[in-house]
Amino acid sequence: MTDLTKLTLAEAREGLKAKTFTAKELTQAFLDSIEAANPALNAYVATTAERALAQAAESDARIARGDARPLEGLPLGIKDLFCTRDVHSQACSHILDGFKPAYESTVTQNLWDAGAIMLGKLNMDEFAMGSSNETSYYGPVTSPWRRKDGSNAQLVPGGSSGGSAAAVAADLCLAATATDTGGSIRQPAALTGTVGIKPTYGRCSRWGIVAFASSLDQAGPIAKTVRDAAIMLKVMASHDPKDSTSVDAPVPDYEAEVGQSVKGLRVGVPKEYRLDGMASEVDELWQKGIAWLKDAGATIHEISLPHTKYALPAYYIVAPAEASSNLARYDGVRYGLRVPGDDLIDMYERTRAEGFGKEVRRRILIGTYVLSAGYYDAYYLKAQKVRSLIKRDFDEAWDKVDVILTPTTPSPAFALGEKSGDPIEMYLQDIFTVTVNMAGLPGISIPSGLSSQGTPLGLQLIGKPFDEGTLFRAGQVIEEAAGRFPVPERWWLKS
Amino acid sequence: MQVDEATVRRIARLARIKITDEEAQELQKELTGILNWVEQLNEVDTSNVEPMTRVVPISLKMRKDEVTDGNIADDIVRNAPNSDDHFFVVPKVVE
Repeated sequence: MTDLTKLTLAEAREGLKAKTFTAKELTQAFLDSIEAANPALNAYVATTAERALAQAAESDARIARGDARPLEGLPLGIKDLFCTRDVHSQACSHILDGFKPAYESTVTQNLWDAGAIMLGKLNMDEFAMGSSNETSYYGPVTSPWRRKDGSNAQLVPGGSSGGSAAAVAADLCLAATATDTGGSIRQPAALTGTVGIKPTYGRCSRWGIVAFASSLDQAGPIAKTVRDAAIMLKVMASHDPKDSTSVDAPVPDYEAEVGQSVKGLRVGVPKEYRLDGMASEVDELWQKGIAWLKDAGATIHEISLPHTKYALPAYYIVAPAEASSNLARYDGVRYGLRVPGDDLIDMYERTRAEGFGKEVRRRILIGTYVLSAGYYDAYYLKAQKVRSLIKRDFDEAWDKVDVILTPTTPSPAFALGEKSGDPIEMYLQDIFTVTVNMAGLPGISIPSGLSSQGTPLGLQLIGKPFDEGTLFRAGQVIEEAAGRFPVPERWWLKS
Repeated sequence: MQVDEATVRRIARLARIKITDEEAQELQKELTGILNWVEQLNEVDTSNVEPMTRVVPISLKMRKDEVTDGNIADDIVRNAPNSDDHFFVVPKVVE
């Protein structure tokens, strides 16, 4: 039998429908591959084999009686940020030790209602704060990719959805859920040769997703192809009365957009994204992307987004401020870790000192500082005003273009430990992605080429609010032109 | 902007995070670095700009003021590090 784990989500869906294999066989193939790969890659922090096989049995029964749902029998990985009933849900933080929620996030409930199977919970940067998956309490994820120089240096898969991206790239699930606050879906997708889409703010419910920065957080899928991402997002997205920021608008059939023509589509290329010191191979790839879309009938227009350079510093005020407030709930009283102290305050302080990792502590302190008495106007209010200007830049661009093309990241994957010295150096990973969160827009990263080191690079498409359909349409054009980028060698099976 | 050690300690206290002397010194450097970096926002003229309050122009929905959930005390305390008869147990607060 062919290796079932190499199938795309769409191919697996067809195979199950045609009864070429069963959901049980498919699920077991993934469970076996996780067992073989996880010691080397550390993509999963918990697996749910028993539950997966029970779900698979139900799927097989439904398929047999012709009662299959949209994702029937398709095994997925779930980022540890999503609360899943009675299953490990700890945002990969020490402070949530042992937490097993009594409820299910809306996004994951939508997936199970559609017949999908849960393989387990995926590693991530602690509370989604990081761009390399190195801040996880459960240790870093190692990318399935290696440089072709033979050095065998362990590369990061990106972050914060590093486990999601690595698991999809290494065929440890058909697709995965992820979340994106400043680039946490798109950057890891770019570094691992996978497709990742952050939909418009409000498209997916945030209910049951551990909160980081509530005005920026949004869930989306990481998948092997543009079509697979479209299939996933259709099910993940919904209006939810439990999240007042989720939007009450019908979810379009995104898959129907895949393969549609981009003839006449106006593509914007923002001049502010051409950075000094950007790797030349990144710029070359960008030019290729422009050519691919042009060849497919799109028209190319240079545009200006003048406040681009201020998005990242504004983000590092807004996101830590919201995080310091959201993370106030971890106090050693209601759930998770408690470290005993002399009195109540001492218990809080010891619990939070031990329970939060270094990056999370740093961001809580920055957030506390910028919100503290006397500083609110100078920092938080100023940043929210700059955010209005960033959004205005995009609003003006939409008069001239339908979609914007940029690189996803300034460089290919770096090695573990390479950027752990200066926090700002790590923050710069999100320079091309963070504007999209600040303006609440949808953005997709499509694998588009390989670096001189043989590791993946991605291109990002940014769309108008709720115009994910155009991203899938244009994304498919890039995918067809660039080809797909499967991991060349399963080196982790040899060691 | 130079953050001094006393400020770091005050912020850590506000955030309820215990820090060691060594950490205070390191954080002093890191917070100063990050705050200096975000200072570049001062280059932007925001004199007639409203702060952004929402990313999508929708008005929040109202719902009926009625109880839709409840009687789940077991669920609420089940993850507590220390609970007793549906109460969260904490160190003595009032002498």
